[in-house]
Amino acid sequence: MSFLFFGRKRSANSAKERLQLVLIHDRTDLTPAELDSLKDDLIETISRHIEIDPTAVTINVAQDGRSQRLVADIPLRSVGRRRGRF
Amino acid sequence: MTAKVVTIASGKGGVGKTTSVANIAVALASRGQKVTCIDGDIGLRNLDVILGLENRIVYDLVDVIEGRCRLRQAMIRDKRLPELYLIPAAQTRDKTSVSPSDMVRLCDELGQEVDWIIIDSPAGIERGFKNAIAAANRVVVMTNPEVSAVRDADRVIGLLDAEEKGPAALVINRLDPVMVKRGDMLSVEDVLDLLAVELIGIIPEDENVIVASNRGQPLALDGKSKAGLAFQNIARRLMGEQVPFMDLESQNLFQRLLGRK
Repeated sequence: MSFLFFGRKRSANSAKERLQLVLIHDRTDLTPAELDSLKDDLIETISRHIEIDPTAVTINVAQDGRSQRLVADIPLRSVGRRRGRF
Repeated sequence: MTAKVVTIASGKGGVGKTTSVANIAVALASRGQKVTCIDGDIGLRNLDVILGLENRIVYDLVDVIEGRCRLRQAMIRDKRLPELYLIPAAQTRDKTSVSPSDMVRLCDELGQEVDWIIIDSPAGIERGFKNAIAAANRVVVMTNPEVSAVRDADRVIGLLDAEEKGPAALVINRLDPVMVKRGDMLSVEDVLDLLAVELIGIIPEDENVIVASNRGQPLALDGKSKAGLAFQNIARRLMGEQVPFMDLESQNLFQRLLGRK
């Protein structure tokens, strides 16, 4: 089915995308701002133990049926690059 | 005999709970089942008018609970079907006149006499909803393919899980296959992706629903309309039958030929 019609997205798609976000927040009681602050805390904690690239960290709430899961992708800085700096 | 207690809930108002309770009850009764439906919307009763039984009310749910009449006296018998009864809501009281344990006690007693108790929950997630689900073995959540109804259905489904009344069964009401096809209405698949629950019915948008409510003659009584057939199918699924979902798109070929947008 065409997603575009006169250059505008069909309204059912907007409805689904908007609902996906709303339901995650309704179910987890977690606002985007709280998620950001969680991300900052996570970066700070992990950085104390291992060197990571803070700008590449992503954190999302993924849906798995009716349960949600917090998915964090935290790329590590390679040991080789770290040594190269000395 | 211990009845199956099914509650119809939705969160949002106006999605078609009362119409569905009336039609599911009629459909079950037309299949030889002994059915009592209870209007749980105290203060805003409507199941009586949808069933066309509004002129026969003497006693109501609160009268039974407060001991002013026996259970049997509050059960209005529907003359069109041999084993269909209604216990109407009180109109001049509020939701706090009934407690969840009152409902459990009432359904325990009533359940000795009938096969099915179908309870119409009021909109909302407060006392009336809690009363309506207290005795349920199964909760059917109704939604429409619209953002507000889907969001509220999700809330109700989550609350039912928390109260260990889940998993809920979903009915999608007022689906317009032409709008879905055009991409301007959430499809059945979209709603199921979002809510992740078992589907038990799809009811197409059908103007006969209004005609039936005008007359107080639930659609499922004749079962010729699309919506009437959809309610019959829900009743069969509740009874444990495997019934395929109707192909709504092919039934709209005529409308498409007429050039309906």
